[in-house]
Amino acid sequence: MKATDLRFAQWFVLVNAAVPGALLAWDAAHHRLGANPVNFAILTTGLLALIFLLLTLLVTPLRSLTGWNWINFSRRTLGLYAFFYATTHFLIFFFLDRGGSLASTLSEMVKRNYLIVGSLGLFVMLPLAVTSTNAMIKRLGGQRWRALHRLTYVAASAGVIHYYMQSKKDVRQPLAFAAVLLILLGYRLLVAARKTQSAPTKAAAAKP
Amino acid sequence: MSDPDKLSAHDVTEPAVYYNRRQFLQTGLLAASAVATGLAYRYLNPTSTGSVTTAPLANFVTPAATTTVDNGFRATEPPTSFENITHYNNFYEFSTDKEAVAAAAAKFDTQGWQVSVEGLVNRPRVFDLADLLKISPPEERIYRMRCVEGWSMVIPWAGYSLSKLLALVEPLSSARYVAFESLLDPQRMPGQRGEVLNWPYVEGLRLDEAMHPLTLLASGIYGRALPPQDGAPLRLVTPWKYGFKGIKSIVKIKLVAEQPRTTWNEAAPNEYGFYANVNPEVDHPRWSQATEQPIGKSGRQPTLMFNGYAAQVAHLYAGLDLRANF
Repeated sequence: MKATDLRFAQWFVLVNAAVPGALLAWDAAHHRLGANPVNFAILTTGLLALIFLLLTLLVTPLRSLTGWNWINFSRRTLGLYAFFYATTHFLIFFFLDRGGSLASTLSEMVKRNYLIVGSLGLFVMLPLAVTSTNAMIKRLGGQRWRALHRLTYVAASAGVIHYYMQSKKDVRQPLAFAAVLLILLGYRLLVAARKTQSAPTKAAAAKP
Repeated sequence: MSDPDKLSAHDVTEPAVYYNRRQFLQTGLLAASAVATGLAYRYLNPTSTGSVTTAPLANFVTPAATTTVDNGFRATEPPTSFENITHYNNFYEFSTDKEAVAAAAAKFDTQGWQVSVEGLVNRPRVFDLADLLKISPPEERIYRMRCVEGWSMVIPWAGYSLSKLLALVEPLSSARYVAFESLLDPQRMPGQRGEVLNWPYVEGLRLDEAMHPLTLLASGIYGRALPPQDGAPLRLVTPWKYGFKGIKSIVKIKLVAEQPRTTWNEAAPNEYGFYANVNPEVDHPRWSQATEQPIGKSGRQPTLMFNGYAAQVAHLYAGLDLRANF
């Protein structure tokens, strides 16, 4: 792949991932978020965080199934967007729903299981965002960096459970997210299982 | 060039031009993809707007002679806008998306509507809607409305006290509760084709609650007939209870001896009680009920006991454990 094409692909992801956030901000500035704008913004940023978490998790299976190794670049961008939307989701909750009151936010968070689960998801994304730079990858070493970044599985699972738990009665959408997540995580389990299965046979075959 | 088989070096695109063209294409592709993403976002997040027009109510009385702040008939807060009241609705018969109900219900036809008032009464009767509405002129009642989800509105309803209708059918002394039922018609109510709730929607009140002057049989908002999304043509309003008690599109009112089953209570018994009185001290298991988001205002506000109607209704629950009977 040509460097210019890769740069184009990078811009493609960077720009498209920003579009929903930009439209949300535009609509908010023009008072076009409906009757309950704060709720709308919280729901939309939460959904965007989930979508980008799932997209992040989609890169590796897609790469190994298609052999498009070059798409690997997008993992970082997608992951950082997931972090950005999740953080915005929390900040809107904190400043606009809880009125910026730490006491009200904390008392609400310890009482509501879905908020505890959601906070866990956001919390584990912090070290992932911090260690997303090339320098950090080098410093940690590939092995340790990869192990740390498996926390993405925790973040995505917590996000989906958080969404399911706060749904009133119509859980079709959270269940759809859960189904996609299960496929993406199931694929990894399958790959891992196959690896451990084939490893001993290789070792046995290597024996004289 | 005349012969495509005879391309000369002259016809080969210069690399610089070629890359320029590629860059141009990529820029175009980038812009097009951004527009597509934007359209997808717009499609998945439709903002609900649109004009709603219904007929002005005949003989509309505003304000009625009995209207005071003291009896709770006129909340002092400014009413929520007509736009918001008609585009933010919980009406699962049409959609579970509050912002999608208005469009889904727009063509709901209430021609030939009848309401059966039956059960433990001396004079059971099936009313044509027009006859039922003539029992008493619609009067304006400005009530606070608190949804169990944690948001609230102030709604200028039009209607008359349910007690007037009940008096007409003469409840027997054995009648202790009133059971209400919504229309069951998946043809006209597309949400009923799914099983998100057990259809038809049913609700109930204790007879003394039903006879309370605040309990309104509403046929309009803002002096006009109820739009479909707000429960056309006839709905219940009990302002000191969570909004889901206000059953919409009523076809049956039955006086009964035993506490009737109610839809949300059946759907999640530990989350939605039979009484469903607004109570800031008793939280929903999954969220706090201490505050509410007033629609059309910024910032949350404290929720009041019995939604601010304690002076009018608290005596109904003297001695009742409101935590156990939530």
